[in-house]
Amino acid sequence: MKLLEYQGKELFTEYDIAVPKSYLASNQSELNQIADKLQFPVVLKSQLTVGGRGKAGAILKCTKIEELVPKFTELMNKEVKGELPKVILIEEAVNIDKELYFSLFLNRGKRTYSLISSAQGGMDIESVENKVIQDISVTGLTQSDAESVAKRLNLDGITAKSFSNIVIKLAKLVREKEAELAEINPLAILKDGTCLALDSKIIIDDNSLFRHPELRKYVQISELQEQAEKSGFSFIELDGNIAIIGNGAGLVMSTLDIVTDAGGTPGAFLDFGGRATTETIYKALEVISKLSKIKAILVNLFGGIVRTDLVAQAILNAYQDGMISVPIYARISGAESEKSKEMLSNSNAKLYDTVEEAISSLVQYKELSK
Amino acid sequence: MMSKKFDIFDILVGKSDDPDYGNKPVIIQGITGNFGSVHTRLMREYGTNIVAGVTPNKGGQSFEGIPVFDSVKDANKNFGAKISGIFVPAPFFLSAVKDAVNNGIKLLVAIPEHVPIRDAMEALEYAQTNGARIIGPNTPGVIVPSVSKIGIMPSQPFTKGSTAVFSRSGTLMYEVSYHLSREGIGQQIALGIGGDPINGTNLIEAFELISDRDEIESVVVVGEIGGDAEESLVQYIEKTGFSKPVVAYVAGRSAPKEKRMGHAGAIVYGNYGSAESKISSYAKVKIPVAKRPAEVPSLLLKLMK
Repeated sequence: MKLLEYQGKELFTEYDIAVPKSYLASNQSELNQIADKLQFPVVLKSQLTVGGRGKAGAILKCTKIEELVPKFTELMNKEVKGELPKVILIEEAVNIDKELYFSLFLNRGKRTYSLISSAQGGMDIESVENKVIQDISVTGLTQSDAESVAKRLNLDGITAKSFSNIVIKLAKLVREKEAELAEINPLAILKDGTCLALDSKIIIDDNSLFRHPELRKYVQISELQEQAEKSGFSFIELDGNIAIIGNGAGLVMSTLDIVTDAGGTPGAFLDFGGRATTETIYKALEVISKLSKIKAILVNLFGGIVRTDLVAQAILNAYQDGMISVPIYARISGAESEKSKEMLSNSNAKLYDTVEEAISSLVQYKELSK
Repeated sequence: MMSKKFDIFDILVGKSDDPDYGNKPVIIQGITGNFGSVHTRLMREYGTNIVAGVTPNKGGQSFEGIPVFDSVKDANKNFGAKISGIFVPAPFFLSAVKDAVNNGIKLLVAIPEHVPIRDAMEALEYAQTNGARIIGPNTPGVIVPSVSKIGIMPSQPFTKGSTAVFSRSGTLMYEVSYHLSREGIGQQIALGIGGDPINGTNLIEAFELISDRDEIESVVVVGEIGGDAEESLVQYIEKTGFSKPVVAYVAGRSAPKEKRMGHAGAIVYGNYGSAESKISSYAKVKIPVAKRPAEVPSLLLKLMK
């Protein structure tokens, strides 16, 4: 779960990491309520999960109160990579002397956490130069570890102290909140020498949420997503018009690739996991049926243990109940596949022996290009 | 990484003069659960020697003739099993691992999905400190075709042979093995690395398991987006001069960035974890990358000529 900037900053505040004074507004009347309290200049920041806000013009500076409403309205209506904000963070500007980069992240290959810092902040980490990278234990990070990072960045005096305090506090946050990533970029050094987090990027381990009731308020999923998750499915909406359903995340991903290679555009990814029963397949089709943009469905099911006639029955039921009408192209390997083909012979579904055959018929379906 | 060489075949199959060669005792943790019970039956049908099951508070019961104990501590007093299949729900994973490692288990096959990263890291450290090895979590398990399987994989796709299949995805491990078997390329071992960000046995360690084994003539690596396991593997191959033919597949070329594609570990940030990064790494050591699972056998046959 990727937290929005303001949510990450709420955690920073909880862990005593300094952030600018700020307010939230999600509509005009909330904005009006805070307008009088603001000390200008302020910065308006669109709260989005996608990156690249700055470049997309979704962060705007306001030097006087007259600019507040038009700029707020502009941001509320500005879509970045298909995402509209639900709320705008309004922060009072601070006196910045210098910007640093600092993050702690789960280093998957090394199976430990790594710390990255740089005396150059504010840009994308991939383009940051002179990075200091150090493997650390988030459980055993000491004051002297933190001070040595400050030293490598050539920080001294009050700044070194303030910086190493943030290192310690962020490691504590990562450990306690079970984050995969906690990034402060930029981390500002103010004119008075102290450090302050200007931005936040935190990703929480989804699988740990069951023991973090305090973070549940940050979970934002669509109704359809919720319905899919309740059935134990992994479901992702994509841009195209072909829904891809299968058993196993890797298999569905691989099918997505083959469809894309053949010129199709996937509109949904749905992995229904290990249980291919009539009921699960029906439920999977039900989730897909809620997406009006879907014009065809590809089912790729690797059998073995699965009885294909149970899958065929689910498809038949879905058509008979009027739940779906779009054609289904299915590759279902496993027991009873001849019987299944027969069951579906009068329906809008077709069974194929290989996924390649199913996909080559699918991409010729005329409605897809309309 | 472990310093001492871990011989997985010795643990899974044994030496030919062992009295229990090919019939090593296995304990199933979580045997009475939905998943555990179904797959205990299937593993047994395949020939896996399941000697005991564990479910807390169900000690004294039995499952289809297999005695059930409250803990591995109780179960393993009589059996001396070194292998355990873990089928417990994710929140109980860490304690199941500690129970197993403390009581003689050397190879833990960790099936559960949704194990928190913190627990997985702690479990790995615990196993490593005590000389045990975890496969998974979120793995379909490991199969030595026609000898035994510990996991949830169907048996039909697998045939005995001389290739090794290592996969970050379950169904793709079955799919690729099915295509290999159809072309007459059997497997000596198929092992699921797991779909999580943290793997008890990563790709490099899987390669180390088979690098000295002459009977294994080739390796198939079924990868996917996320992390840098494939990139690190290529560095390992470059450094060690690993010489068996390798064919790779990478799922998720068309996946959008910053979306978790079903597996907790299948997510791209920037270029980190992208399919392009993995495919271009493989190109550096001339490892062919199949575009589709079905293309793996022909690429492998070409290399083996």
